[in-house]
Amino acid sequence: MGMTITEKILAKHSGRKSVRPGEIIEAKLDFVLANDITAPLAIERFRQAGSKKVFNRDRIALVLDHFVPARDIKSAEQAKLIREFARKLKITYFFEAGCGIEHALLPEEGLVSPGELIIGADSHTCTYGALGAFATGVGSTDLAAGMITGKLWFKVPATIRVNFTGKPGKWVFGKDLILALIGKIGVDGARYMALEFSGEAIRHISIFGRFTICNMAIEAGAKNGIIPPDRITGSYLRNRNKRPALFLQSDPDAQYCQTITMDVSKMEPQVALPSLPENVRPVSQVKGIYLDQVVIGSCTNGWLEDLSIAARILAGKKVHPRVRLLVLPATRKIYLQALKAGILEKLSHSGATICPATCGPCLGGHLGVLAEGERALATTNRNFIGRMGSPKSEVYLSGTAVAAASAVLGRIGSPEEI
Amino acid sequence: MMVRGRAHKFGDDLDTDVIIPARYLVTTDPKALAEHCMEGVDPEFPGKVKPGDIVVAGKNFGSGSSREHAVIALQGAGIGLVIAGSFARIFYRNAFNSGLPLLECAEAASESRAGDYLQVELESGKIFNRRLGREFQAEPIPGFMLQLIKEGGLVEHLKRYSGAKK
Repeated sequence: MGMTITEKILAKHSGRKSVRPGEIIEAKLDFVLANDITAPLAIERFRQAGSKKVFNRDRIALVLDHFVPARDIKSAEQAKLIREFARKLKITYFFEAGCGIEHALLPEEGLVSPGELIIGADSHTCTYGALGAFATGVGSTDLAAGMITGKLWFKVPATIRVNFTGKPGKWVFGKDLILALIGKIGVDGARYMALEFSGEAIRHISIFGRFTICNMAIEAGAKNGIIPPDRITGSYLRNRNKRPALFLQSDPDAQYCQTITMDVSKMEPQVALPSLPENVRPVSQVKGIYLDQVVIGSCTNGWLEDLSIAARILAGKKVHPRVRLLVLPATRKIYLQALKAGILEKLSHSGATICPATCGPCLGGHLGVLAEGERALATTNRNFIGRMGSPKSEVYLSGTAVAAASAVLGRIGSPEEI
Repeated sequence: MMVRGRAHKFGDDLDTDVIIPARYLVTTDPKALAEHCMEGVDPEFPGKVKPGDIVVAGKNFGSGSSREHAVIALQGAGIGLVIAGSFARIFYRNAFNSGLPLLECAEAASESRAGDYLQVELESGKIFNRRLGREFQAEPIPGFMLQLIKEGGLVEHLKRYSGAKK
């Protein structure tokens, strides 16, 4: 019997010929990651376990991206603790504040290769599935175990195959596909499972849109999201990946627990209403909701492609006087590319505030937190109660085109209206 | 292992941003985190919990962020067990790694009310609700997860690994 790409990666890393859903395996890790929120606790556990060294200093990334540049004394101390740990243990991939957001940074730096098994102490680690890797989020204690031993136990997930058919319309991107799927299956529709994305529509989605899709697999409860690598993957990786790539495909007779087919050809841009990413409506049904803030950025939609979509819509226009528009390029390299291309200039002229390459207000701790009663539309991935600030504020989620158009309109609206 | 305590009831899809908002994730101190546990949905929660009390919730408890601080905040508040219809997977691993037991039982979760006195045997998964005078059967905890709880979490296991390496 055949295997899915997820099963193949897990089998290979546990030294088996094959694995089946439900089996518990111990697997070798190719790369492990933590950030300034999760690393301090992982380092504490590392020390409690009596460890003095890591399994491989070239296979660990520590990224300062959440509460940086330091928000307050406590976050400055957390960053300092990580910096000192990285120096002492000679961690090769320590990324100082300003380098960028972990999930954009690692692929950009070539630290993710197809066929690899990667864990990160951040739930959006599943982003790397866009390159055909098995990548999943874990907590700090599991991360500490990974840093010490280079191994971790996993339960092999069953796979849901998502077949996106048709060619997406002009204003439909990766974000709209994944929001529509979460709207259909719910925030626990893929709980404990792998989501494998395929179909004609995927061939029309750029590598950046694919990162967006896999990034939000966790919002359906999935263990990992994955896109079998193809020519688009190969061209992104060219002269980039630092470790060998293994281009795996699911077997034709692989077993799926479910197959979901969604035709995207007539799909409108999608919006998720508060306070769950499953409360999804087509943009035409939510037009007219007034906004206080629009956020374009995050590990979901902070790619150069997003910034250029935003600039295309905002060029020569002004952000609505009632709205604050925050733009956060996902990495410093993206920041510089956008700067050279004149994208940041256009956005700034329109009234956007360009923020550093960090997570920013996405998780409600820094740079653009919402007051009670305020409402934001964001290209981020979560709209839980209090996610961006006050428990009495509201977050709507959308792709970049809708967010940019809505910043001009002062209310939720479609790019067709601009 | 027995857990006895009062139930604190919550709904479906309770995410880790609600259990502990990100703005407080600048410490790993259980008491400091506990002060803000469930702040967005029940600001009185930390003051109401007595040591050993039990959180009872609907489906997909602990969804969202991987922050292990959510487990520490619940433990810091005094919670000794969570019973829910189902759990999000990262939270599930984190809880057992840190020694907080979880039981899946949709029926006990929906029938129990806030304030009910519950008596739970972890090995068998039997949940007794005193008000209802009724026993519920939870999904048994997998053997090696139960072992983690008995050993006090994953760090104890790692200590042996580090020791063996010397």
